[in-house]
Amino acid sequence: MTTKLRFDPVLLLALPAAIYMVIVFAIPVVVLVARGFMDAGGFTLSNYVNFLSEPFNWVVIGNTLRVAFWTTVVCLILGYPTAVALARSKGAVQVAMLIAIILPLSVGVVVKTFAWQIVLRRDGIVAALLVATGVWDEPKLLLFTEHGLVMGAANVFLPFMILPIYSVLKLADPNLQDAAATLGAPPLFRFFNVALPLAMPGIVGGVSIVFSLATSMYVIPSLLIGDRFQTLSTLTGRAFLLMRNEALGATTATILLFLAVAIVACSALLSRGKGDSR
Amino acid sequence: MTLTERSANVAVWVIAAATVIFLLTPLVVAVVVSFGSSNLFTLPPPGWSMRWYQRLMNVRGLSSSLLVSVQIAAVATLVSMLIGGMAATALARGRFAGREAIAAFLTSPLMLPGLVLGIAFLQAFRFAGLRDVWLSLALAHVVITIPYIARTLYSALTLFDFSLIDAARTLGCSAPQAVTRVLIPNLAPAFLTSGIFAFLASMDNYAVSIFFTNAWTKTLPIQMLNLVEEQPDPTIAAISSLLIGLVLLLLLLCERMVGLRKIAEM
Repeated sequence: MTTKLRFDPVLLLALPAAIYMVIVFAIPVVVLVARGFMDAGGFTLSNYVNFLSEPFNWVVIGNTLRVAFWTTVVCLILGYPTAVALARSKGAVQVAMLIAIILPLSVGVVVKTFAWQIVLRRDGIVAALLVATGVWDEPKLLLFTEHGLVMGAANVFLPFMILPIYSVLKLADPNLQDAAATLGAPPLFRFFNVALPLAMPGIVGGVSIVFSLATSMYVIPSLLIGDRFQTLSTLTGRAFLLMRNEALGATTATILLFLAVAIVACSALLSRGKGDSR
Repeated sequence: MTLTERSANVAVWVIAAATVIFLLTPLVVAVVVSFGSSNLFTLPPPGWSMRWYQRLMNVRGLSSSLLVSVQIAAVATLVSMLIGGMAATALARGRFAGREAIAAFLTSPLMLPGLVLGIAFLQAFRFAGLRDVWLSLALAHVVITIPYIARTLYSALTLFDFSLIDAARTLGCSAPQAVTRVLIPNLAPAFLTSGIFAFLASMDNYAVSIFFTNAWTKTLPIQMLNLVEEQPDPTIAAISSLLIGLVLLLLLLCERMVGLRKIAEM
């Protein structure tokens, strides 16, 4: 009798949200995935075999992963030092930095991408900057190029890299660095053996969020690079909204979904591995 | 300090300053262009004018799409706060296996690509025979807003010391008084910030909405997307600037009530 689990009535409060999310969210997603593996005869892989046997679709997958990779790299290079500065800053400087990070995060992506269309023009700010610093001899068009796309995407996703790293750095004991210095560790050794491992959970989190957002972005590539350059997301959108080819769209959507789940699983494994080793 | 350390420090602050400028660039550009007199997006603008703001009223479909977006965001946020708040209470107070799993399930829509959610909703609603655009949008946007509410309220409730309520009772408060005087003031910041971010997430959503809008009922991001694709002119910059102003106001409210540092660390 005593082994029987007592029913806790407070649990009932979770029911409305749980039922709503199962019916409106979980079942539709499961059905979407399941339908990709079914035809009139039952289970089939033919949708995926057909999709993957088309060379063009490998270009699309390559585009998606390459742009997501470079976007993540740019975000990490800019985001890590910014998170360090944010964690060290105090008072008004910190509030100003936080506004500069959270305000763009809260402004719609259509607004920011529209502004990037202006920034990346031949007479835009970036081209002018590159000519002024002597990197370019003459202004060139960055809009409709992969460089422009990566720049715009990195701009939109940077806060998602800075904030996870910042919240980990905030918890780290600043004395650890001094202790390592007192014990005679040289700066580079301290960076790779103290600072970086401490920040690692935040870096893993930021990298996985940014990479995942960058593989599934839709508005940014469609406004900054156009139809010539397809990614899995833009192809999914086109398949449904323009081509009315729902079978293709459902296939690409499922591949996107698997990518997202794989990224979450990898980052969970990585951060768990880190947790165990400590 | 050694030379390496000093140069590393300088590099950190230089990159941070460059990043801040980089982050604010699109917002500044949108505001500057919206007050410019040129319709060619020339920067810096040849002169200043308010004409793009005056034109806002005449852009077809703009005010109606704004109304749709605000209605959907408000309804979705309220429903999410109600059922998400109840769920967060159950998860924080209840002692049962699988709490973490339910919490993860409620926040999982954040991890999935928006377009995938949109397509799943589209097929499911079509199967259910749901044709009403407004209702479809509202149902879908509850799924979009619940993660923000559930995540923030769950962590706030986990940190809340429920023995404070017992203390209030001991000191002579009735049970409802203990809730209104102790629990609610303590959780108000979490409700406010989670509500604001859920509302903004819904207002900003295009990936799900794009599958449900038609020629008559559009949300603001979809209407703006159409304008950017069809006839880009600084009127879009004017709407953008108004939205930036609105978000800035909401963030300043958050800063006063909660402090942005807490929000950043959530």
